[in-house]
Amino acid sequence: MVLLQSIGCFLALFFGIYSQWTLAALPIQHWQASSGAQVYFVESHGLPILDISVDFSAGSSADIPEKSGCASLTLQLLDLGAGGLSEDKISKSLADVGAQLSARFDRDRAGVLLRTLSNKNERNKALDIFSKVIQYPEFPENALKREKARVISGLKEAKTKPGYIARRTLNNMLYGIHPYGLRSSGEVDTLNELQRNDLVDFYQANYSAVNSVISIMGDVSRSEAAAIAEALSKNLPQGGTLNISPPVTEPVSGTKRIVHPATQSHILLAYPGLKRNDPDYYPLLVGNYILGGGGFASRLMEEIRQKRGLAYSVYSGFYPLKQAGPFQISLQTKKEQSEEALMITQKVLSDFVAEGPTEKELAAAKGNIVGGFPLRIDSNKKIMEYLAVIGFYNLPLTYLGDYVSAVDNVTVAQIKDAFQRRIPPERMVAVVVGAIEKE
Amino acid sequence: MKFNSGPTFYICRLPAFMFMLVSLISFEVFANPHEYMLANGLKIVVKEDHRSPVVISQIWYKVGSIDELNGTTGVAHVLEHMMFKGTKNISSGEFSKKIAAVGGRDNAFTSRDYTGYFQQLHKSKLALAMKLEADRMRNLILTEEEFAKEIKVVMEERRLRTDDQPHALVYEKMMSVAYQSHPYRRPIIGWMNDLENMTVGDAQEWYDRWYAPNNAVLVLVGDVDPKEVYSLAQKYYGEIESRPIASLAVRKPQTEVTQAGIKRLQIKAPAQMPYLVMGYHAPVLHDASADWEPYALQMLVGVLDGNGSARLNKELVRNQQIASSINADYDSTGRGPGMFFLSGTPSEGRSAAELESALRIEIERLIDAGVTEKELRRVRAQVVSSHVFQLDSMFYQAMQIGQLESVGLSYRDLDTIIKKLQAVTAEQVREVAIKYLIDDSLTVAVLDPQPLEQRSVIPSSIRLRH
Repeated sequence: MVLLQSIGCFLALFFGIYSQWTLAALPIQHWQASSGAQVYFVESHGLPILDISVDFSAGSSADIPEKSGCASLTLQLLDLGAGGLSEDKISKSLADVGAQLSARFDRDRAGVLLRTLSNKNERNKALDIFSKVIQYPEFPENALKREKARVISGLKEAKTKPGYIARRTLNNMLYGIHPYGLRSSGEVDTLNELQRNDLVDFYQANYSAVNSVISIMGDVSRSEAAAIAEALSKNLPQGGTLNISPPVTEPVSGTKRIVHPATQSHILLAYPGLKRNDPDYYPLLVGNYILGGGGFASRLMEEIRQKRGLAYSVYSGFYPLKQAGPFQISLQTKKEQSEEALMITQKVLSDFVAEGPTEKELAAAKGNIVGGFPLRIDSNKKIMEYLAVIGFYNLPLTYLGDYVSAVDNVTVAQIKDAFQRRIPPERMVAVVVGAIEKE
Repeated sequence: MKFNSGPTFYICRLPAFMFMLVSLISFEVFANPHEYMLANGLKIVVKEDHRSPVVISQIWYKVGSIDELNGTTGVAHVLEHMMFKGTKNISSGEFSKKIAAVGGRDNAFTSRDYTGYFQQLHKSKLALAMKLEADRMRNLILTEEEFAKEIKVVMEERRLRTDDQPHALVYEKMMSVAYQSHPYRRPIIGWMNDLENMTVGDAQEWYDRWYAPNNAVLVLVGDVDPKEVYSLAQKYYGEIESRPIASLAVRKPQTEVTQAGIKRLQIKAPAQMPYLVMGYHAPVLHDASADWEPYALQMLVGVLDGNGSARLNKELVRNQQIASSINADYDSTGRGPGMFFLSGTPSEGRSAAELESALRIEIERLIDAGVTEKELRRVRAQVVSSHVFQLDSMFYQAMQIGQLESVGLSYRDLDTIIKKLQAVTAEQVREVAIKYLIDDSLTVAVLDPQPLEQRSVIPSSIRLRH
């Protein structure tokens, strides 16, 4: 299964009959399946496509340190043998009906996604496989051995890459022994030790129905969606406890400089940022657009790239999770100018935190986020992604509409206040990989 | 499942914009595109998609790195960056800010064959996008000062995307060997030395020579009324004069000289695992109705690598475990000559040479025994479904139209292309394998990994800012 990191006959077209989603009124239906799974559904017959995702609270933070990598391997092995079908049979059967199976994995979530044509024939065949993959995975020994070797080989390769080294080092500095600090792929040592039983146990404990969110988007009726949700969840493991990560604690600030032969330095700065249900969510989100999230409209891009030509890419972002996800700034620049670039980045950040944005900047940010909202829900795929987030983080069904008005209500003072309380520039952690060697 | 065409590089202005490469296999039968031509030669293709109140507007210039000359490689892409640096009507950087302020997204991309610019926004803002895009087709102002900064950005882009990326380096060096005379031998981003010596005059010449309505196609997909789009285009682009620019059909063909024996190269770079790329010269589509080989090659990719149980993954990754990943790639469209790629990373303890032998055995097996009807049926099912799935993205739909129009084909060929793909026979797949997967037209590139020394961390310092 292809792991997507979460930051992703021919039909007659009847144009003009599609319903257009208005801002506040994405018609999300929500219910609980008899298994306890939470189901989120948007009915749309515009295209003969059905998208489904099933998400579990089984991301890398569900690992324990000595078995790091178990969560990721469990997800990866789901479709390599299930319900009496071999991996070969599974991928062939899906391909035969043109269906696509994929996966997503982050610190909180492990998700399996199916995209299929909505015709009954194709759909039923694809759903039959999908349902087995989720509910009857077999974790065959030979597939485990092979996939472990592949992950380890990939990990060894990654450890030579400056960007990867930088992200790993930063993550360690940011989260320390918190479960968010675990490497998502696991470590070479822990991977080597993982046994089939570990995966089976992990699956039983974390892939339970009550721990699952089923998102359905597309060309089926409500009653069909209900039947699909039942079929996908009735044989999931029962029981199970909800994984709750502990709160994130203050990191030890500092800057690490690591030597690397690459021509560019990779510079990263971070601090614990937002929780999904954070009271400062909107001021920080809008503020970040101005600071470094808004591409060419952002201050970091202006100072680092437009004015000085120091980098091709520079941005800042919040990655909200159940507990405080990272707030991160990232850029790459020619080794010789890395200290200059780091200094300017820190200055842009500290000026922004000290003074807040201007009214003009705020108006432009709102113009973008509010005005650009229709672009966020202009495809089935995007809508399904929102359903999955709303479901997984237990956000209100009106989240998308609320989002627009909440952004619209943010003030300059709120942004300044939120950044000053939450993002202390002098307490950030930072890493420079590809630093200039000093004697 | 994968139907991407990997090695066709795109270079984008902003890295946040991840290009999903669009391959022939997913073209759609268009129910509705509307086509117009302005008096100055600007072609306009509008496709209605009313699912959401948004529109994507793309302008495609029929010029890419294929049109560059030695000494100024990379200038097509540098000019693409400079297109955001202001006109006689707006200042540097304002273009993107104006689009962003109304909720839009914009970016640009340069490929070997074409250069494109796009805006994606609420349909009510289309006029703004068109006004700004038309303005910079004619009124761009290039200054020494802006150029000096932006060329540094492009050099950083080259470091980030090529110099420090072992696999990208392998492709770059391989292309420069696989092609001996054709301009595809030069990287889109340009050689570093050419970037270091490029002048604002080079960019100006490029702009003056190639940027005109008669060398462009405007593609719109979204919740729009084609007639209104036409009036807007007439209003903003109508006044721009055409220039004497050779159409694609009459540009010099620059046929690649015939390869006369296998070529091999080795590339050293900091890495852990070796990496193997094999490239065979192959044809591309020129006449969508008359040609058949490019379709057969596209189906061959599907048979080899169309799903987890396709031949290469099943045999080399799952059964023999000689590779930790494996790919087949082929882009059947292009202004220049095509190439059929096999690539992969050997498993730990296995060598690139072993992987090459294993791949060769798979090819021989395919040639000896042919492909089965079952395999072909499976690929056909994927052709159908991926073509439907792509309708979920307006961006894809616009890319498909623009790509075909920019390489000398037409969006009207889409219907034919899908039908011809479906009609490919097992024997045709075998025939193209016999004809094209031969040593005399093969280039083999191998990454020779150079381990990093164990380096210690430079002592940390707490950096306080006040």
